[in-house]
Amino acid sequence: MSTTALPRAIDFAAPNPLRRWLRDLPLLPLLILLPFALAAIFAPFIAPYDPTEPVPGAKVFAPPFWMPDGNAATLLGTDFQSRDLLSRLIYGARVSLIVGLMGTVVAGSLGTAFGILSGYIGGWVDQLIMRVTDAWLALPALVFAIFLATVAGPSMWNIVIILGLVYWTRYARVIRGEVLSLREREFVQLAEIAGASRLRVIVRHILPNVLNTTMVLASLTIGVVIIAEASLSFLGVGVPPPEPAWGLMLSEARSTLMAGKWWLTVFPGACILLVVLATQLFGDWLRIRLDPQQRNL
Amino acid sequence: MPQFIIRRTSYSIITLFILSLTIFAVVRFTGDPATLMAEPGARAEDLARVRAQWGLDRSWPVQYYQFVQNILSGNLGISFNYRMPVSELYFERLPNSLELAFAATLLSFLIGIPAGLLSAVRVDGVWDQTGKVVALLGLSIPGFWLGLVLILVFSVYLEWLPTGGKGDWRNLLMPALALGWYFAASLLRLTRSSMLEVMRSEYIKLARLKGLPGYVVIAKHGFKNALVPVLTLAGVNLVVMVNAAVIIEVVFAWPGIGRLLFEGIFQRDFPLVQGIVVLAGVMIVFVNLLIDILYAYIDPRIRLTR
Amino acid sequence: MSTPLLELRGLKTYYFTFGGGRVVKAVEDVSLTLNEGETLGLVGESGCGKTSTCLSIVGLLPPAARVVGGEIRLAGTDLAKQSAREMRRLRGSTIAMILQDPMASLNPLFSIYTQVAEPAYYHLGIRSRSLRRRVEELLRAVRIPSPAVRMRGYPHQMSGGMRQRIVGAIALAGGPKLIIADEPTTNLDVTIQAQYLDLLKDIQQETGVALIFVTHNLGIVAKMCDRMAVMYAGRIVEMGSVRELFGAPRHPYTRALLGSMAKLGSKEPLYAIPGQPPDLARPPPGCAFHPRCTDAVARCATQEPDDVACGLNWTARCWLAAQVLHDRATA
Repeated sequence: MSTTALPRAIDFAAPNPLRRWLRDLPLLPLLILLPFALAAIFAPFIAPYDPTEPVPGAKVFAPPFWMPDGNAATLLGTDFQSRDLLSRLIYGARVSLIVGLMGTVVAGSLGTAFGILSGYIGGWVDQLIMRVTDAWLALPALVFAIFLATVAGPSMWNIVIILGLVYWTRYARVIRGEVLSLREREFVQLAEIAGASRLRVIVRHILPNVLNTTMVLASLTIGVVIIAEASLSFLGVGVPPPEPAWGLMLSEARSTLMAGKWWLTVFPGACILLVVLATQLFGDWLRIRLDPQQRNL
Repeated sequence: MPQFIIRRTSYSIITLFILSLTIFAVVRFTGDPATLMAEPGARAEDLARVRAQWGLDRSWPVQYYQFVQNILSGNLGISFNYRMPVSELYFERLPNSLELAFAATLLSFLIGIPAGLLSAVRVDGVWDQTGKVVALLGLSIPGFWLGLVLILVFSVYLEWLPTGGKGDWRNLLMPALALGWYFAASLLRLTRSSMLEVMRSEYIKLARLKGLPGYVVIAKHGFKNALVPVLTLAGVNLVVMVNAAVIIEVVFAWPGIGRLLFEGIFQRDFPLVQGIVVLAGVMIVFVNLLIDILYAYIDPRIRLTR
Repeated sequence: MSTPLLELRGLKTYYFTFGGGRVVKAVEDVSLTLNEGETLGLVGESGCGKTSTCLSIVGLLPPAARVVGGEIRLAGTDLAKQSAREMRRLRGSTIAMILQDPMASLNPLFSIYTQVAEPAYYHLGIRSRSLRRRVEELLRAVRIPSPAVRMRGYPHQMSGGMRQRIVGAIALAGGPKLIIADEPTTNLDVTIQAQYLDLLKDIQQETGVALIFVTHNLGIVAKMCDRMAVMYAGRIVEMGSVRELFGAPRHPYTRALLGSMAKLGSKEPLYAIPGQPPDLARPPPGCAFHPRCTDAVARCATQEPDDVACGLNWTARCWLAAQVLHDRATA
């Protein structure tokens, strides 16, 4: 009696595994993020001028080079102190990306740690952490951040910590849910029966499985953190000058809006938009990659 | 039902307790609170006076007790700048923020929900693809930048709308749009996925099997079921919007609570800042409680089982 | 005999997935006839094509699927060639369907009255008081107690058994000639199942409606159906009267199915058919069942068998049945 032949694996038109890996990359977000990342890392080498000093010989409020009155020496124009906009944008990428990234790392770490503790240990630890999470989530993030910034005083690391404190609660909830279901899975129970200490179970079994979710969540919410940093800078409680931050540039540009100096508003905001957009797209790609069941969203 | 109310209320009280504790702790954690509590430019003896006045030299539990007592009696301090009780200022500006939040929510409903429904009905069509792009942009564009660009286009160049302040609907339009944009994008996504899920359900299949006209299946059976989770989200969001519209209010010089908060920061008016944060938290927790009780009353499943 | 109510001739329904890269042949050359007032049991394992056949008849295949060949004749008209609007008019009025899951079939936000009234409202144009009366009649016909009160209620207030009766009432609302019941009792409690089946039988006798009963449970077929069609891998492998098939099944698969039924009181071990149903995107050559067939011969692996007439209105698709017939004819 013959057996039914196993169905052959479906092969699309990409026989080469390297080619298939390349084809799967999220091209658009990476293409957008790359220049910003490069700008952030290599700012001193890329930026044409010092972002905090006026450009010698340039006019105040020079428009971008393609407009009349524009100057190719200052490609995107100058501001009220005749500082080069492009250079400021490049250095601003540093602040936004670093603060955004670090803030997300802090928030993600705290949130995941508390989520795991809450979900795995349970009992009063769980209750305590969940109550705090609920309470802190009740306060609007920006208001909370502003309050903390006012009290703590301006500095880049303060902002990073503040953002971490404000946003960790979003991770904790989700991670806790994951851990609760993981806890019932066989491989965890096996480890527990085998006598592994709680810490060991957490580190070796729970953590790796939860990291996927953390990554997806992080890439989806890093945009929020970046916008939050920009908002704080805009309101004057973010990273202090002289470091240029995109939010701060927007705030400075406000008074010139009426006079039609549009480039000082449009370009910094466009930078924020592009970076956040790219992270969102990347987050979507990551989410689908790691869990194909989510495809329909 | 009464049990539900009691349980839910005690939960709110715990939340308020933790919030007040957090605010209290934050202020005292970071160095000498006296410098915050005193007016800018205070000298050493002023600081000492403030310390005595606020009881900052007493033990923390005592201070906290005083703190809570003050809040419960409605005393949130006096604003340095306005020389008025903070609570009075807050409630004076509250209606303005409410107005803005309502307008923003209304706009986002008008934009987000129909777009989401249409996207779901014509999945992967032109409309859906556009909708996806719009939703993505909505989540990526910083609201305050949108506001600035709107001002640039409609006030500076086209001169159709005023740049800020409160007045008639023309003043309301741009800030409402800037504030509601993000929420509209969320609504679009949620409505779309909710509708898609409904369309896949068995009762929709049965409705088609009954031979009902297409529009009846979608409009009558589909929409109504799809909107249930959407409306749940909307109710909660309104409250948050009221208190979180800080930046938009600043950009458009809208005389609401957010702007008040900004003034407080700008002028180092600490009692104002702290008072607003406390009141914002209290208000949100309180309104959430009301909404939950209201929903429990409407939904017979909850009303009957608890 | 007058024209049969429903006649399927060589129906082929395929599912096109991965942009056409993978074609699942869910229904492959299915032919059957159903007369007015008859009950036909459509039997087979999960995935054999029973539901796809039914969806093809009512014209509600999912977007990825299409009827690629054959005819579906309802009282002479080929449904496969009808427009969407005409199909819509037939659905709910002439052809009705009962789905498997009573908990999910009813819309939780609308009253029982609204949902039962809809087919009558849209297809028969009945309004207001006559409509209310009709709904009451229908609920009474499916044995719902105090129908006038119940119809103002909502699905979540009713048990699974009651909800399935309401689904039955909905099916009757448009005055159908054919009801397709897709495993209507599978999700019901065992004690309720028998009641429901009795109900369906009584309704059939009163209204003369024809019934296609889809199930994997042969016990139900024995109780409910006059004739049965056994499906495997998208094909009908044997079709005939219930008595003949139960008595002397001609197809090995039918034999295996009957053999795997647990007999009450018997101590024989349960027999399960070894192997798995084939992947319908790459069906095996020859007879679709041959990899799992204990009696297969060489021919079964290379040539797909034709329908063999084993009696009046009795066909089996098997080379061995053909052999038996041949032997008998030449003996």
